[in-house]
Amino acid sequence: MANQEVKDLANSEYKYGFTSEVDADQIPKGLSEDVVRLISQKKNEPSFMLEWRLKAYRHWLAMKEPTWAEVHYPKIDYNGIIYYSAPKPKKKLASMDEVDPEVRATFEKLGIPLEEQKMLSNVAVDAVFDSVSVATTFRKTLAEVGVIFCSFSDAVKEHPELVEKYLGSVVPYTDNFFATLNSAVFSDGSFCYIPKGVKCPMELSTYFRINAKDTGQFERTLIVADEGAQVSYLEGCTAPMRDENQLHAAVVELVAMGDASIKYSTIQNWYPGDKTGKGGIYNFVTKRGKCAGPRARISWTQVETGSAITWKYPSCILLGDDSVGEFYSVALANNYQQADTGTKMIHIGRNTKSTIISKGISAGHGQNSYRGMVKIAKSAVGARNHSQCDSLLLGSQCGAHTFPNLEVHNTSSTVEHEASTSKIGEDQLFYLRQRGLSTEDAVGMIVNGFCKQVFNELPLEFAVEAHKLMNISLEGSVG
Amino acid sequence: MLKIKNLQASAGGKAILKGVDLTVNAGEVHAIMGPNGSGKSTLSYVLAGRDGYQVTGGSAEYEGKDLLAMAPEVRAREGVFLAFQYPVEIPGVSNKYFLKAAYNAVRKHRGEPEMDAGPFLKFVKEKAKSVEMDPAFLNRSVNEGFSGGEKKRNEILQLAVLEPKLALLDETDSGLDIDALKIVANGINKLRDPKRAVVLVTHYQRLLDYIVPDFVHVLSGGRIVKSGGKELALQLEKEGYGWIETEKVGA
Repeated sequence: MANQEVKDLANSEYKYGFTSEVDADQIPKGLSEDVVRLISQKKNEPSFMLEWRLKAYRHWLAMKEPTWAEVHYPKIDYNGIIYYSAPKPKKKLASMDEVDPEVRATFEKLGIPLEEQKMLSNVAVDAVFDSVSVATTFRKTLAEVGVIFCSFSDAVKEHPELVEKYLGSVVPYTDNFFATLNSAVFSDGSFCYIPKGVKCPMELSTYFRINAKDTGQFERTLIVADEGAQVSYLEGCTAPMRDENQLHAAVVELVAMGDASIKYSTIQNWYPGDKTGKGGIYNFVTKRGKCAGPRARISWTQVETGSAITWKYPSCILLGDDSVGEFYSVALANNYQQADTGTKMIHIGRNTKSTIISKGISAGHGQNSYRGMVKIAKSAVGARNHSQCDSLLLGSQCGAHTFPNLEVHNTSSTVEHEASTSKIGEDQLFYLRQRGLSTEDAVGMIVNGFCKQVFNELPLEFAVEAHKLMNISLEGSVG
Repeated sequence: MLKIKNLQASAGGKAILKGVDLTVNAGEVHAIMGPNGSGKSTLSYVLAGRDGYQVTGGSAEYEGKDLLAMAPEVRAREGVFLAFQYPVEIPGVSNKYFLKAAYNAVRKHRGEPEMDAGPFLKFVKEKAKSVEMDPAFLNRSVNEGFSGGEKKRNEILQLAVLEPKLALLDETDSGLDIDALKIVANGINKLRDPKRAVVLVTHYQRLLDYIVPDFVHVLSGGRIVKSGGKELALQLEKEGYGWIETEKVGA
C-alpha cells in the first residue's frame, strides 16, 4: 500500500487534522511585557485595553500554574509559544470574497462555508483562524434588529464603551492562572450584544481553528443579553494533527440581565493526540456566566470529545432572584486523553435554581473526572440544585473520577446529588449484536443513548453532528 | 436448516452441554424441555454466539454453513434470532431507532437497500399492531421501565420485524400471565411458515397449549435424552422429569 494511503487510513478517525498553507503574520516566540504591548499595538487598541492587559500580565507573573486537577502533563514552556499569528490579508477586506482563498477553503473543508448563501440558514458564524477573526457572517441582518455580533477586535473599535463596561466583569483578570494569561495576550474572539427585549433571530456561532505550528490560541468571547433578551450561541473547534502539544487558553464571559436568557453550546473537537498519546491540544478554558438580574437564565451545554487535556468548568453566578443556571455535559476521554471538567453553581439570589447533568465516558487509557461545586449562600433562601453525574467505562484500563463539592449556608435550600458509574455491559453488547449490529455500532448506540439527555439540549443540527462525532471518536475503543 | 451434532460446550470451565444432537428442518416447531440446570439456556446462547461459552466439541450447521464460526451479528443477519429470557435495557435509545438499525443491518447483509425512517415507521407500527403492542412503546427507550410481560412482547415485536429463518425462544413464557402468554403465543404462531423454523426452550408445558410443537425433546444433564411428539410434553406435565432420569439409569 502506498505510504499516503496508510497515512490516510491512520488518520481516518480525526478528519480535521490537515494543515493549510497560509502566509502568516507572526511575532517571535516568547512572552514579555513587550509582547503584550505588541499584540495591543497590532490591534490598534485604545489605552484602556493595553492597561488592562498589562495589569493582567504583571499579576500573572506572580501566579502559579494550578496542580489540583486530575490531569498530568509535562511542564509547559510559556516562552516556547507564539502568542500572535494571523493570516496575512492580501489587501484590506471589503467583503467576504476577499478572505484569503486558502483560509476560506479551510473553513469550506471543515463544513463551514463563509459565503452567506451557502451557510446553514439561520446560523451566523464568526470564524476565528489562529489568533484573529477572519469573517463574521450575517452582521447586517443582525444589525437590523440591533444585535451586535462581531469579532472582539471590531467590538473594541466600534463599541469600546460596551467592552470596557463588561470585559472582566464576570471573569476578572485576576481570576486564575490561565484566565489571567488569556487576559494579557488574548488576540481575538467573538463579541455579542443583544439589546433589551430582543430575541436573537438566528443561532450565533463561533468556529475556532488553530492552524499555525507552535502557536497558542487565546481567544475571548463576551456575550451580553440585556433585559428580556434571548440568544442561543454555539462554538465549534478543530485543529491540525501535530506531534507537539498546543495550548488553547480561552475565556468566555456571559452576562444575562433580568429576564434574559443565554444558551451556550460547545462542540469541542480539538485534535486529541494520537493513539499513543502523542500531540494534541491542551485545552485550559475558563467559562462563566452571571445571571445579573431577576429571572435570568444561563444554560451551558458542552460536548467535549477532543483535546489531549480538557480543563474547564463552565459556571453560573446566580445573583438575580429566581435566576436559573444549567449545565449539561458530555465528556469523552479515549486513548490517552484526560478530561477534568464540571461546573460551579453559585447561588446568591433568592429561589435560584440550578441543574447539573454530567455524562463522562472513558475508553482506552482515558481518564475522566467530574469536578463540581454547588455553593448556596446564606442569602439564597429557597435555592434548589439537582446534580446527576453518570460515568460510563468502556474497557478496563480507563478511569472515572467524581469530585462533587457542596457548600450550603442556609436551611431552606434543597440540594440533590445523584451519581452512577457503569461499565458498558456485555449483556447490552450481546443483545444488540444478536439483532445484527456490529460491535462498533452497538457501542455507538449505547453511548449515544447514555448521552441523550445532554444531546437533547443542543440545537437540532448540532445534535446530529454530536451524534456522529461521538461515533467517530469512539472508533477502535472496543477491541 | 439446523444440524447439531454431538455439541459440547462449557462455561467457566464447567462442562454443560455433553453431546447434543438435534436436527431442525424448515417449517418445523421444536420444543426443548428439561429440568433447571439441564443446559437449555446454554444451548440457545451457544447457538447465538454469546461470549463466555466455549464450544469444546461437535458441530452446528446452519443452512449448510458452520454456524459456530460466525460472529454473533453475522448469525443474526443470516436469520438466526434469539428471543431473550431476560431482555436487556438500553437507556436513551428509542425502540424504533433500535429496530430500524437492526432491520437495516439485516437488509444490508442481504444486499437490499436500507429503509428510510418514514416508510419504516409505517411498517413497524403495523407490526406493533400485529402483536397487540401500543405504538407508544416505539418511542420509549428499549425495554427501559417495561414490565416483564412488556419486555417479552417487545421481543416478539422484534421477531415480527426481523422475520428470521430460525427463531430460538428462550423461556419466552416465563413471568407471563395468561393473557400476555396468549398474545405472545399468537405472535409466534403468525410467524409459522414452511420456510421458517422455531425452537422453543421452555420449562413448562403451558406455552405448548398455545403453540403446538411438531417435536418435543427433553434435555437433561447436557444431552437430549428423549424425543417425541407433542404428547411427550403432556406426559412431562403430568409426571414431571423424574421418570426420565429413572429410565436413563435403567437403560
